[in-house]
Amino acid sequence: MLFKNKKTTSSDGAQPAKTKAPIADAHYLSVRESRAIAKSNARVIRALEKRKKRTHVSESEYLCEMQDPNNIVEFDDLRTYFFTDAGVSKAVDGVTFSIPRGATVGVVGESGCGKSVTSLSLMQLVQAPQGQIVGGSIRFNMGNKAYDIAKMPISEMRKIRGKQIAMIFQEPMTSLNPVFRIGYQLDEMVLLHTPGCTKEQAKARSLQMLELVGIAAPERVYRCYPHELSGGMRQRVMIAIALSCDPRLIIADEPTTALDVTIQAQVLDLLREIKGKIDGSIMLITHDLGVIAEMADYVVVMYAGRVIESGTTAEIFHNPLHPYTVGLQKSKPVVNRKVERLYNIPGQVPNPIDMPDYCYFKDRCTRCTARCEGEYPHFIQVSPTHRVACYLYAGEDGKGGPDA
Amino acid sequence: MPKRKVQRQDAVPKSEPQREAEQAAPAEVPANEAVQAAQAEVPANEAVQAAQAEVPASKEAVQAEEGAAKQPEAPAEPLDPEALLEVRHLKKYFPAQKNFFGKPKTWLRAVDDVSFKIKTGTTLGIVGESGCGKTTLGRTILRLQPATGGEVYFDGKDINKLKNAEMNALRPQMQIIFQDPYSSLSPRMPVGEIIGEAVAQHKLVPRSDLKNYVLDIMRRCGLPYHYYERYPHEFSGGQRQRICIATALALQPRFVVCDEPVSALDVSIQAQIINLLKDMQDSMHLTYIFISHDLSVVEHISDRVGVMYLGSLVEYADTDEIFRNPMHPYTEALFSAVPVPDPDAHSHRIILSGDIPSPVNAPSGCKFHTRCNRCMEICSQVAPKFKDYGNGHMVACHLYSQE
Repeated sequence: MLFKNKKTTSSDGAQPAKTKAPIADAHYLSVRESRAIAKSNARVIRALEKRKKRTHVSESEYLCEMQDPNNIVEFDDLRTYFFTDAGVSKAVDGVTFSIPRGATVGVVGESGCGKSVTSLSLMQLVQAPQGQIVGGSIRFNMGNKAYDIAKMPISEMRKIRGKQIAMIFQEPMTSLNPVFRIGYQLDEMVLLHTPGCTKEQAKARSLQMLELVGIAAPERVYRCYPHELSGGMRQRVMIAIALSCDPRLIIADEPTTALDVTIQAQVLDLLREIKGKIDGSIMLITHDLGVIAEMADYVVVMYAGRVIESGTTAEIFHNPLHPYTVGLQKSKPVVNRKVERLYNIPGQVPNPIDMPDYCYFKDRCTRCTARCEGEYPHFIQVSPTHRVACYLYAGEDGKGGPDA
Repeated sequence: MPKRKVQRQDAVPKSEPQREAEQAAPAEVPANEAVQAAQAEVPANEAVQAAQAEVPASKEAVQAEEGAAKQPEAPAEPLDPEALLEVRHLKKYFPAQKNFFGKPKTWLRAVDDVSFKIKTGTTLGIVGESGCGKTTLGRTILRLQPATGGEVYFDGKDINKLKNAEMNALRPQMQIIFQDPYSSLSPRMPVGEIIGEAVAQHKLVPRSDLKNYVLDIMRRCGLPYHYYERYPHEFSGGQRQRICIATALALQPRFVVCDEPVSALDVSIQAQIINLLKDMQDSMHLTYIFISHDLSVVEHISDRVGVMYLGSLVEYADTDEIFRNPMHPYTEALFSAVPVPDPDAHSHRIILSGDIPSPVNAPSGCKFHTRCNRCMEICSQVAPKFKDYGNGHMVACHLYSQE
């Protein structure tokens, strides 16, 4: 597949004498360039969409084998790109990690680092047609068999989405429909995914779920509209909807960012409690390191569309290796830990349309060496669970074990 | 103008002592005198403004002159000379329900009897859940909306008694940085114009120097000079917040209300903005009110911290003191709810049940008693006094002696 990106140096090719003033902005695109990009994008998108929208696809096409049967999901070199008129934005560019059964995996990173797009790829909910999974695989363990979600057609995906994988979104107000009662929205989910379910059974199940998430008067809330509930209650309803079909995996995309600290404590407590009851895995996406430390068993740190470090929570918090992980932890003020001045990571995230071919963090890194000029670093396995993509910990060949 | 103000105050329900005080009337007299004095002052003020337009350096002189003119407005209790801002019994009520004739029936008490003072060059952090009146407090202090009752003394003057023209002359000294940098910048104006607009309006520098002045303030806020011609949509959240800070600081204020300036930003960008705010405080001797719901940020930046619950301060003390020794059960619960980025530090967490009650019909007695885990019988009947328990550590709670 050939993706046409904008010319690397737009001012070099054109004659500088003719232009009135040199354009300071390196991201400037002429109309012609932009149109050429749009045209080539349209070609790629059309092919990908056609493939996704097929019906009657034989199961063998997306059947696959799990590398480790104890994992519930394995991301393998996942690539999700957005085809914009300014060029191809590589939102997720080669992400590899897995979620073990019964564990909570936290994904941290700044906004725009691709953590949400990774989870949306898993649900096949990336904003189409611009956003497309263009490579890699997402192996999902169905119990007796495994499916590759990246290759599944939409019609098949509908059977898994919501039933096997449920999602809790960041903004409970925008994800609940304001014109339907809570009860209707809960029942809908149960009726859709349970064949032969009657309305009475669905209602009983919904009330049971509302009780499970700690709502004191389920009958009353069942008849409420979303605007009648407070933020914490809405988030509880969202969790109840997500749990109603006994999913194997719950994706919680910043579930507490819009809530107050006291309500956040309630919701986190609830999530922890529920995980014990349902025996499922949680993929927790957040930018709050405190929430991660409290909830997660494993941590994945993402930066500019790639995983830069992953390991158990203890490894990441007590022995962070990548300079970005270290910087992220130092830049957050902590209650009862006095510092005169906060550490700040200099510079900004590189433009996702125009990624450099060396380590993406090099321009902001305070510890970069001559080797960082080379290609993007490979993963270095520091311990069986801990790996980092940084030349500081690489052997002579750039791949080997730790020497630092 | 003064007449209208009297009407507005009458429209609000008054407590008994307040009414008695008004009938007794002596409190009214000095205020009237002040108004007359202020009226007499107007032509002089205009002259001062004209002079200001020509000589920007004479700003201090103008302030001194204005300060001298307002002598009669001195309040009954003497003001703390070290405090730049002193707030006394500030109230802000919004009509919640209206009857058939459009008269308010019930009131939403967004800010209910808040008092504190801030020393020059220090930072006061205000924390609390959403809906507790933090933002309303900040806006009422700046008179962006009229107060329902109480006084705000800025530099010895009660700003609620100032006339509009006088208030406008004072505005450059009191600035605000808003929460959301995406909606607080005009999308149709380039950065240079946004920052320079208020400077030109208040005639702080001559027109010819305006651009250099704006470029200078941009440089100090970490914005490269070629951003001058760009529009807000071209910037990321952190850069926009820098623009907002530059806009506020371009007027050479003495007092800035920071209304959740870092809540919408990423962790690494947050650190940059907090450092910038601290640097600016050191170089320009600014006094901040820092409103936030993020306790760790407030602890880092503040000298004193006030905890608000349903429109009232429940605890107010030095930062070290309040974080080491939180006295009010709400403060304790709030602090224990903050997630700590350390997997081993599983502290004992106090989880508050339920949500914050509606401020329209707040609970009787202590407003927190519905969610308090150490609630006693008296809590639902009598409102606790806001008392000093040594070292300026003020708490409103029945757990501690009320005598």
